[in-house]
Amino acid sequence: MTLPAKETGQVATPPPIAMLAELTHRCPLACPYCSNPLELARANEELSTSEWIETFRQAAALGVLHLHLSGGEPASRRDLIDLTKAAVSLGLYTNLITSGIGLTEARVDKLSAAGLDHVQLSIQGTRAPSADHVSGCDGGHARKLSVAGWLRDAGIPLTLNAVCHRRNMGEIEDIISLAIELGARRVEIATVQFHGWAMLNQKALMPTMDQVAKATSIVETMRARLEGVLVIDYVPADYYATYPKACMGGWGRAGFNVTPSGRVLPCHAAETIKHLAFDNVRARPLGEIWYNGGAFNAFRGDGWMPEPCRSCERKDIDFGGCRCQAMALAGDASATDPVCRKSPHRKAVDRRIIDDTEVNDTEVRDIEVSDIETPRPPFRYRGNGTLRS
Amino acid sequence: MIPNTAMPEIDGGTVVHLARGVRLREDMVRNQTVLLAPERAIALDEIAVAIIKEIDGHRNLDRIADDLSRRFEAPKEQILQDIIPFIREFINRRTMEIVG
Repeated sequence: MTLPAKETGQVATPPPIAMLAELTHRCPLACPYCSNPLELARANEELSTSEWIETFRQAAALGVLHLHLSGGEPASRRDLIDLTKAAVSLGLYTNLITSGIGLTEARVDKLSAAGLDHVQLSIQGTRAPSADHVSGCDGGHARKLSVAGWLRDAGIPLTLNAVCHRRNMGEIEDIISLAIELGARRVEIATVQFHGWAMLNQKALMPTMDQVAKATSIVETMRARLEGVLVIDYVPADYYATYPKACMGGWGRAGFNVTPSGRVLPCHAAETIKHLAFDNVRARPLGEIWYNGGAFNAFRGDGWMPEPCRSCERKDIDFGGCRCQAMALAGDASATDPVCRKSPHRKAVDRRIIDDTEVNDTEVRDIEVSDIETPRPPFRYRGNGTLRS
Repeated sequence: MIPNTAMPEIDGGTVVHLARGVRLREDMVRNQTVLLAPERAIALDEIAVAIIKEIDGHRNLDRIADDLSRRFEAPKEQILQDIIPFIREFINRRTMEIVG
């Protein structure tokens, strides 16, 4: 029996709208900004096909409308078509978040026949040499373009997604133009966020203030110009923001993630908050986890908020920002998000921006001119633990 | 190349359909009708549901306004003037497409 949270003395909890299913941590790419944890779940720990389908069923019954099949690379799961069929039959709006690597034309057609609603395809840039260098996957960019063509032929709606960072921020217009060329209806340009593996590459990825200002202005111009052609969703660099982002639309308010091994998280990076205990779908029904799970109730409402959050007029806009960022930068998951101008830790963020960007400004200019002959930025990739150039 | 576009005129003669990947769903948990689209779930009121259910890719907005005016006993011109900005917003968001 699940008690609604309001009866247990908490603020009323709405049913979740979205579930992100991290089907696997396996991935053929090695993006330096990967936000998955340093320790990845092994293949033999992954939920089975029937465990995933049972989780989808519980999610749909709980009120989830959107299901995002993600990873790692979800196409690495051999049962991707069966999982898609099951999700669609439960009435879930099913979105595949993929790098494209692992999809074939035949598989795309099967996904389409299974009723897949939408695909979000990632790119790492618009030029093969630099994009493949970022993904650590030779030939990856060309393959993604083929996948986009198959998706288009199958008629599956497409969003092109690009994480932007110091090395590719000059390509925003090219990304928009590529999205149109590939027949995407939407493009998502998300500035890199520093969680998980990305933190190891922060110095190579942090955009400069000039880049951020330019990107914001390009996006505004293009949005007006492309109304009815392409929807542009842009996630600005929160290190440069005045106020924090409404991370996850508020902790435990809109959605949740399920990790490859079945742990249910209020957000993608929540496991960096070590004192939280996360329930597993193998042990507890999803409804109980959502309404009564300790990790979910830890930062709901405003009871947990310190000042200046608790009396802040923006607390219902940004819900105090990102708990994982507070953990990472202030060492305290309950602290005000340090990017907030009102946070006592804001100075540390500013110092970090300066440390991470000033030395490398010349490289930035070079890489926009030519992406082959410049010295390549040293990224740390998973698996080798060393610099590769 | 990034095209320079002008939004097409939308009037009584316009015919639209929901784009693929956009659909209505009864949300039993919240007891409402929602329009599902990529990254969006839009809760609709009764009028919005009625309009969207009329959209079939064949009848133009004029015809649809005419049908709705009989059903809701309201002046057709008034309904058409309400429908046009509603449809324009969906076209802007690429959730509806103009036919032909």
